[in-house]
Amino acid sequence: MKRMLYSPDYLVTRDPEKCIQCEVCVRQCAFNAHTYDAEKHRVDTDCSKCVGCFRCVYMCPTGALSVSEFSGRMANSANWTDKQLKELYKQAETGGVLLTGMGTDKKYKIIWDHILLDAAQVTNPSIDPLREPMELRTYLGGKPLSIEVKENKRKVSLPGADISGRFSITTELPQQLELKTPILFSAMSYGAISFNASKALASAAEECGIYYNTGEGGLHKDLYRYSKNTIVQVASGRFGVDTEYLNSCAAVEIKIGQGAKPGIGGHLPGEKVTDEISMARMIPKGTDALSPAPHHDIYSIEDLSQLIYAIKEATEYKKPVSVKIAAVHNVAAIASGIVRAGADIVAIDGIRGGTGAAPTRTRDNVGIPIELAISAVDTRMREEGIRNRASIIAAGGFRNSADVVKAIALGADAVYIGTAALISMGCHLCQKCYTGKCNWGIATQDPYLVKRLNSEIACRRLVNLILAWSLEIKEIMGGMGINSIESLRGNRLRLRGFDLHENELKILGIKPAGESL
Amino acid sequence: MGCSIAGVIDGNGSLFSGDEIIRSIQKMFLRANGLGGGFAGYGIYPENKNDFCFHVIYKDDKSKDITDAILKLDFDVVKSEPIPTKSIKEIINRPILWRYFLQVSDSAKRQFYDLTEEEIVMRVVMKINSGSYGSFIISSGKNMGIFKGVGYASEIGRFFRLEEYSGYCWIAHDRFPTNTPGWWAGAHPFGLLNFSLVHNGEISSYGINKRYLEEFGYQLPLRTDSEAILYLFDLLLRKHSLPLEIAYKILCPPLWHDIDIMPAPAREFYKKLRVVYSGALINGPSAIIVADGKRMCGFTDRIKLRPLIHAACGSKHYLASEECAIREICPVPDELSFVKSGELTVCGIKGKIK
Repeated sequence: MKRMLYSPDYLVTRDPEKCIQCEVCVRQCAFNAHTYDAEKHRVDTDCSKCVGCFRCVYMCPTGALSVSEFSGRMANSANWTDKQLKELYKQAETGGVLLTGMGTDKKYKIIWDHILLDAAQVTNPSIDPLREPMELRTYLGGKPLSIEVKENKRKVSLPGADISGRFSITTELPQQLELKTPILFSAMSYGAISFNASKALASAAEECGIYYNTGEGGLHKDLYRYSKNTIVQVASGRFGVDTEYLNSCAAVEIKIGQGAKPGIGGHLPGEKVTDEISMARMIPKGTDALSPAPHHDIYSIEDLSQLIYAIKEATEYKKPVSVKIAAVHNVAAIASGIVRAGADIVAIDGIRGGTGAAPTRTRDNVGIPIELAISAVDTRMREEGIRNRASIIAAGGFRNSADVVKAIALGADAVYIGTAALISMGCHLCQKCYTGKCNWGIATQDPYLVKRLNSEIACRRLVNLILAWSLEIKEIMGGMGINSIESLRGNRLRLRGFDLHENELKILGIKPAGESL
Repeated sequence: MGCSIAGVIDGNGSLFSGDEIIRSIQKMFLRANGLGGGFAGYGIYPENKNDFCFHVIYKDDKSKDITDAILKLDFDVVKSEPIPTKSIKEIINRPILWRYFLQVSDSAKRQFYDLTEEEIVMRVVMKINSGSYGSFIISSGKNMGIFKGVGYASEIGRFFRLEEYSGYCWIAHDRFPTNTPGWWAGAHPFGLLNFSLVHNGEISSYGINKRYLEEFGYQLPLRTDSEAILYLFDLLLRKHSLPLEIAYKILCPPLWHDIDIMPAPAREFYKKLRVVYSGALINGPSAIIVADGKRMCGFTDRIKLRPLIHAACGSKHYLASEECAIREICPVPDELSFVKSGELTVCGIKGKIK
């Protein structure tokens, strides 16, 4: 074995009293951290191979294993941390670009944790969501600025339909996505995640009355039945895109960029392109699936507009078209351009957005936090009077329902959750998705690993998560004296900043805690 | 408790003294705390009924000088005079109270050829009220005016000598402020053009209603939710030319679970209203009376968290927070009922305005 220059990330401790040499851990670890020595009838562990996914810890029948952070430090320097040193050693050994998975783990300030919510007291009664209706229904898509009505010549008298019988609204409403709760599953391609994981997301979306997003992985034939709850993605690789694909969905999303790797394309290595994936992506089996950094037919906003309208033509203007971008410095102006180019939805992915694989340096350093991006985009669209023309979906590291409430109050119509959904299915955030060896059966195509994830159980867990968050959102809204999500949306007066810089408050458009109306 | 509101309209358009509405609102003094009261009267300036009448609150002479100069840019001044008042010992620290009768000047019409006269007026009102000049135009309609200040409504009414005015429609408010301090321009009613509005409640959706209105050029310097509701009416009725009944259903739409069981055309109708006008939905406890010179309307929030009562007697219609306020001026009404949530009570003028 090659001697490494650096210490392992994790320390795996095996209690010899408890270990019965059953080899469960050996079979569970796709990274081969555990090996069985038949001669010595002993299970050994190579800590340097451990990724900290905790699969073996939970599967060990006798509870003999524990995994902890490796505590020994190499250099006692605040600047040259162990992480920095290890990355340098790795690059010195390989000469390669560092790769990683999931969202950034860097200690950036999490603005959500510096935003506080309001509640009603005395002058404005809070509402009990268990007794009173509490409306979370959300419609995504372009909306007209106003409506025109005409008085009906023949009065229609329908019971309970007072004025709707007297007047007709002549303005047509463009196709909308109807969500029972303002949450969607973010784009995760079949390829980056397993079929079982994709199916769990699709079936959970159907059960929850929300949507999942295919990512750029095409649409597996067994998932066509969930098309009413599917957003299909058209990305720079154009994988799996044909007329049937574009019409087997509720909406189409053009992916320009994602928060984990703004300005970077994607790469699914050939060994992951199995029979099934080759069919879904419409590429030969075993070939690398390369998504170029830009779309090769989009080099300007007017090119984007052409693609938006090409898709609208192909779908007979029956599907809302979303455009997803990473939150970069000039995000407000870009989003405004996207809306004017004809998009019905703008999806913005912040710096904490996840990924199956990204260069570490890009993931950890490019983009801006989603909190600031939502505010900047919503403010800009309102200033330009185009807020009704498109909905905003925010993405990038939503951890809980309070983050969702804050995002909506800042101005988002709905949020995409990716990492949180994966975690609810069992992901332990080891950030090794790019290896394809996910021990939890999520980010892998290895049939042996894939079958570890039961799509029905995973679906149930996802449904529970959405249910729990929705209940919590209702509880918070009721506390604020709000019984409909549209009265929360963009209602920044119900937020206060705590321990935030003046400039951050200004961009967020919120007042500091302690300042009243 | 909270604020109290009241309104009276004569459906025949006959004029009656402001004394009636003062007595009505006074009866509910327990709902107020002396930090704001006010009235709007319609039909009170018949001699100048074709002029825009501005009632303005000035902090000092300097703010008046600046405002005078701004008004002269767009208007021909028909008349400019102090609003008559009398001494009431409870009313202290009174600001300068002035009224103007104005015509949009020909030069302004030429310059803003794409705007209606009403839009030119609105533009000036927004400019002055949000301009930190210490001037607030509190009403800007025709043949109507708003009288308000810090004190109990009954004191404010006597201070402005409202018993000497005659109008065919009056609305009133007595305040117990909870979101902004008691100050003269912050009292109710709020007015823009012919609209005036009194509101008992607190809107939990104010933050988004305000931002929604700003998209359409409204500015909300008074920091109060009631101002937002007034402008929403102005936006929907005047700018978007929607019928009052539809505007009301936009502000207080039916709940989704009620919409879902409606017949298909009605379902589609309400879905459109809610989807297009989500920023105009008002949420939170409210009882509201709004008047525009042609009618007086009353309604409550979707789940009726504040009271409102309607009564009719002869050609007169009454709205008030409490029954006692109506019985005070109309002891035996022909009919009396509680305004239901989700229902708009419209009391219109049938006859010609006298």
